[in-house]
Amino acid sequence: MPVWDSTFQLVLLGALLIGCTSGVLGTFAVLRKRSLLGDALAHAALPGVALAFMLTQSKALPVLLTGASLSGVIGVLLIQVIVTYTRIKADAALGIVLSVFFGGGIVLLTHIQQSAVGNQSGLDKFLFGQAASIVASDLYAMSVMVVVVLVLVGLFFKEFSALIFDPGFLASIGFAPRLVDLLLMSLIVLTVMVGLQAVGVILVAAMLITPAVSARFWTNDLLRMVLISAFIGGLSGAAGAWISALAPRIPTGPVMVLVATGVFVVSAFVAPSRGLIARWRRLRGNHWRENTQHFLRACVELQEQADTDLSVIALTDLAQVMHEPLYRVRRLAKHLAKNGKIESTDEGAKLTTKGYDDAVFVLKSHRLWEYYLVYRSILEEDHVDRSADEVEHILTPQIIERLEAILVEENIDVENVTSIHATDSGFRKAGQDA
Amino acid sequence: MLDGSFWIILTGAFAGGACGLLGVFLVLRKMSLLGDALSHAVLPGIAIAFLVSGSRDILPMFLGAAVFGVMTTLLVETFHRRWHVQEDASIGIAFTSLFALGVVLISAYAGQVDLDQECVLYGEIAYTPWDRLLIGEQDWGPRPVWILGTVFVLDLLFVLLFYKELKITSFDPDIAVAVGIPATLMHYMLMSSVSLTTVAAFESVGAILVVAMLIVPGATAYLWSDRLPVILIMSTVFGIVSAIAGYYLAGLWNSSIAGAMVLVVGGIFGVSLIVAPQYGLLGRVIRQGRLGLRVAQDHILLRLVRESETTEDPSVHISDLMEGSVGARFRSRVAMWCLGREGFVTWDAGHLALSDNGLGKATDLLRSHRLWETYFSQLGLPEDHLHHPADALEHFTDEELLQGLHAELPNAEIDPQGKRIPKNK
Repeated sequence: MPVWDSTFQLVLLGALLIGCTSGVLGTFAVLRKRSLLGDALAHAALPGVALAFMLTQSKALPVLLTGASLSGVIGVLLIQVIVTYTRIKADAALGIVLSVFFGGGIVLLTHIQQSAVGNQSGLDKFLFGQAASIVASDLYAMSVMVVVVLVLVGLFFKEFSALIFDPGFLASIGFAPRLVDLLLMSLIVLTVMVGLQAVGVILVAAMLITPAVSARFWTNDLLRMVLISAFIGGLSGAAGAWISALAPRIPTGPVMVLVATGVFVVSAFVAPSRGLIARWRRLRGNHWRENTQHFLRACVELQEQADTDLSVIALTDLAQVMHEPLYRVRRLAKHLAKNGKIESTDEGAKLTTKGYDDAVFVLKSHRLWEYYLVYRSILEEDHVDRSADEVEHILTPQIIERLEAILVEENIDVENVTSIHATDSGFRKAGQDA
Repeated sequence: MLDGSFWIILTGAFAGGACGLLGVFLVLRKMSLLGDALSHAVLPGIAIAFLVSGSRDILPMFLGAAVFGVMTTLLVETFHRRWHVQEDASIGIAFTSLFALGVVLISAYAGQVDLDQECVLYGEIAYTPWDRLLIGEQDWGPRPVWILGTVFVLDLLFVLLFYKELKITSFDPDIAVAVGIPATLMHYMLMSSVSLTTVAAFESVGAILVVAMLIVPGATAYLWSDRLPVILIMSTVFGIVSAIAGYYLAGLWNSSIAGAMVLVVGGIFGVSLIVAPQYGLLGRVIRQGRLGLRVAQDHILLRLVRESETTEDPSVHISDLMEGSVGARFRSRVAMWCLGREGFVTWDAGHLALSDNGLGKATDLLRSHRLWETYFSQLGLPEDHLHHPADALEHFTDEELLQGLHAELPNAEIDPQGKRIPKNK
């Protein structure tokens, strides 16, 4: 537990504010495909800071912030000019402005250092960020900026979302997309300048990108995404302040970024629907369903081929027909037995009534689809098996009914469909592309 | 013994040349920001190597950086392809988190080791002459010169040996795969070269110089030429020249050498951005201005010839020929002056009239305009929609196209507005 004194409260509050604000604006930056703009802006601010100091000899925060914002805005406009009027692409334009402005800033800083004008030590704060040295007046300045930014986002929320998802629509209802874009850019500039204080030039990009991208895993709704992103940003800020208060040698900014990255990784894995685990489970469910259906179809196909009335099917035969290793077939048999589709005996598998119905349905789907493809002259007879193998798993009883209705007209015995091709039907490996 | 400035300039030139050469391919492949990402993301590698080996030897640091360099590209690919995160955001998350990790590592052990983020990031090129390469007792000269010289030669060999493959995979990866060039392998070979160059360069010259030299010379050369060999040579030369010029600029201003080199290459870009003939801003403005002027001339000629159709006195006062904004009026005025100089119009006390020469040209324009209107009318366009497309096309209709229109409309004598179409010559 860190010491709950006024210094710590200031730092905590400052980090929280910065985290929330960059979370909100980051959402728009990321969705606008301008993720790395924050990085460019932060670097482009440096010459502004140096020039502001050279001109005024003051290290007051508002003075430096003004210089930083101005040169940041010039940087953004330059990027726009380069991208709009030359054939240089956005990534290179961003990189050019970022490196040249920063190089210029370093030249100015070293120049200040060398000349007798004064020491530039305070200006370094802008480079690497010192959230731990936030004082009350800084916090007031920050809060004012944060409130202005958030109120403007609230007022123009609809316009911003239109700008992101459908700029053409925005233009058609009488807004100039360029102006709305400019407003959004200016808000991002302000946010970056505030964020610079806490995390420094290089990491401010992360405060914009990481919470927003993490939030994207959780929702498809813009408002929710903004709120979640603000929450993650605030959480990272507070956690960063907390941890670095416990271990004073560790700077706040990098810890904020690492916490945000942690949230990102966790979100990427556990988020419902878009998360990796959810995706993986969906995929595995599909594979599993395909494999069990293949098992059942192979059973009835083998029964059909056998002259005698074959009730128990050897697993080795199944493995051979399905081109699957025996251990997988065993696993499938176990699963199907549990669901009451087959009865496992020592010699092999025996279909139950329930299993038989399912198996016949899959086989019927497969064959009806083959007939359909041939009679609609979509494919030749020797090319239909593969397509049917893919489609059999997703055909519903309703579709089968329609198929039957169509095929009856073609004088096909839909009650007892036989294989249309002489060869055995294949079994596609689950998850494999056709 | 050569003096220090020679070694500094040579180091800078090698770094600029190597980065400039590879940077062309990064710019072409829209991966410019990878250099930026790499140069920051290798920080934990350097920190770990330093903590483990306890020295600033090049080899462990290089290994650590190389490992994290490769890790960065893999992380970006994983985030983008497997986790379905946007590509630019993937780059941003990968390098910021690794950099943050590096800063935390360094600050946690800051008391124990002589290493700070500033020195890693700015890698002071000014110390080059004192960083000697010692093998046994023998002094082989400044170490950065050897390292960067080797890297420069390796990069040059890489580009020369795989020129064809790099070219095809950069412009059209699908064709490359179709003709049997492994695009993925080339991608990773290029990435490895960039990692190697980045790590080698920023250890001795600083991250900002590397990032700038990887992007700016390539993009600048891209403004000047469409031919890859020319772009490659120009980019390398820009890198080398700005390193040399930057050194002297730094001396003049008493400032950071690496920063000044970046500023020079930025200056070269700025000048190119404006004056590059084909793709520069000035060329663009001039081309558009010329086009505007030609359109304005055509409109004046049309106005005059229409006047001569309806009235006895075909001269028009210049104030009637100028309308619109200040810029547009000025353009019209210049257009009149041009027309007068080329002998298409004659001036008489503020009035303009067509000369014989001008009448021919103006009649051609009028014919073109009215034929287009007739043509569009036959295509089924409503009457009030005919003027605009015809107005746009009349300026670009040459003799061949005009004859084609006549052939399409053999009996056209009156246009849809009921005006006479001038006879074919």
